[in-house]
Amino acid sequence: MNLNLTLFAQAVTFSAFIWFTVKFIWPFMLRAIETRQKTIADGLAAAEQGRRSLELSTRQADEEIKRARDRAAEILAQAEKRAAQMIDEAKSAAKEEGGREKAAAKAEIEQEVTRAREQLRDRVASLAVAGAEKILRREVDAKAHGELLESIKRQL
Amino acid sequence: MAAAGELTPSEYIEHHLSFFTKPLGEEHGGFWALNVDSLIVSILLGLVGIGFIWWVVRGATSGVPTRRQALIELLIDFVDEQAKGIFHQGDRHRFVAPLALTVFVWVVLMNAMDFLPADLVGLVTHHVSEHGFRYVPTADVNTTFALSISVLVLTIVFAISVKGVGGWLHELFCAPFGKHPLLWPANFLFQMVEYVSKTLSHSLRLFGNMYAGEILFLLLWMWAATGLWGTIFGSVLGLGWAIFHILIVLLQAYIFMMLTIVYLAMAHEHH
Repeated sequence: MNLNLTLFAQAVTFSAFIWFTVKFIWPFMLRAIETRQKTIADGLAAAEQGRRSLELSTRQADEEIKRARDRAAEILAQAEKRAAQMIDEAKSAAKEEGGREKAAAKAEIEQEVTRAREQLRDRVASLAVAGAEKILRREVDAKAHGELLESIKRQL
Repeated sequence: MAAAGELTPSEYIEHHLSFFTKPLGEEHGGFWALNVDSLIVSILLGLVGIGFIWWVVRGATSGVPTRRQALIELLIDFVDEQAKGIFHQGDRHRFVAPLALTVFVWVVLMNAMDFLPADLVGLVTHHVSEHGFRYVPTADVNTTFALSISVLVLTIVFAISVKGVGGWLHELFCAPFGKHPLLWPANFLFQMVEYVSKTLSHSLRLFGNMYAGEILFLLLWMWAATGLWGTIFGSVLGLGWAIFHILIVLLQAYIFMMLTIVYLAMAHEHH
């Protein structure tokens, strides 16, 4: 264990290596590492940004879909309501039409009945007259008793 | 075996533990000498390690990294995390974190030299130096002290640059006990002890671990001198120790780096 000049020689060597590392190695490596770290950090930030905007647009799309669905449901409900209304209208129109037709038919029937009754009355009157004529042919002048017969006819 | 002829165990170990020292003056064993082995190996390792990182960093992209780049980024990220956890007093990217990276990479590589089999390396290094070639630079006190003293100088430099010369001197004499002039010697003594013990423990911890690891390997390799079964036994033990040593190598480098950061962080603190 003897110290000699090697001590200083080694110290000089050491300083030379330190100087070299300080000057030519550390800054360059550090720059590369820091640049990469920045790149990675930027990339991560961009990814985060993308994730957030994706989330936002998903939410927007969801809202849009929801709105469209609501609108469709509304339209459907309106259409159903309208259809029901139309059916009701058609029903009432048909009922009205039927009623009218029934009334017309009833009136016609009544008319017919009246007419038949009129005819029947005429025929009964003429029958009665004919019967009476037959009975009274000989004793009663048709003309003389016509007035009376007419009044009977009216009573029928 | 390393050298020609019969060797006693202590000779074997001593041989492996002798430096390739080149004296700069006439006298041998004095201060004016260089451990060429530690110097060459550490410089080569530094060039390889730091150079590899530099090569990768030059082609670094901020896009998708290659596997190579990912490895370096992991390493840098790891060191930066440690620095971030300890050093809050300024911009760590300006000096402290790259310093920690340098320390960590270099010390790991120097420690890892321990895994090379001593006698195989000896076959090569004998062409360079017949009388020993230590290829684990951190098992050389000169290297660990060079590191820790450099860190000490850096802490003083940073303390002065943060607090100013006045502030630093003030702290030297007025902390930790108080401002009273009678306490100045005590404070100064305390601060000196702190600086010295920091530096000593910083370097000797690393040195001790690596030196012990090296010696243990050498002791295990001596089994090879006892015959075939001894060789097998020694190899198995060597493998076990090598696996455990991976932990020590990394842990010691990590501790050395952490302490470097801690000391520099303390230098930035105001008392």
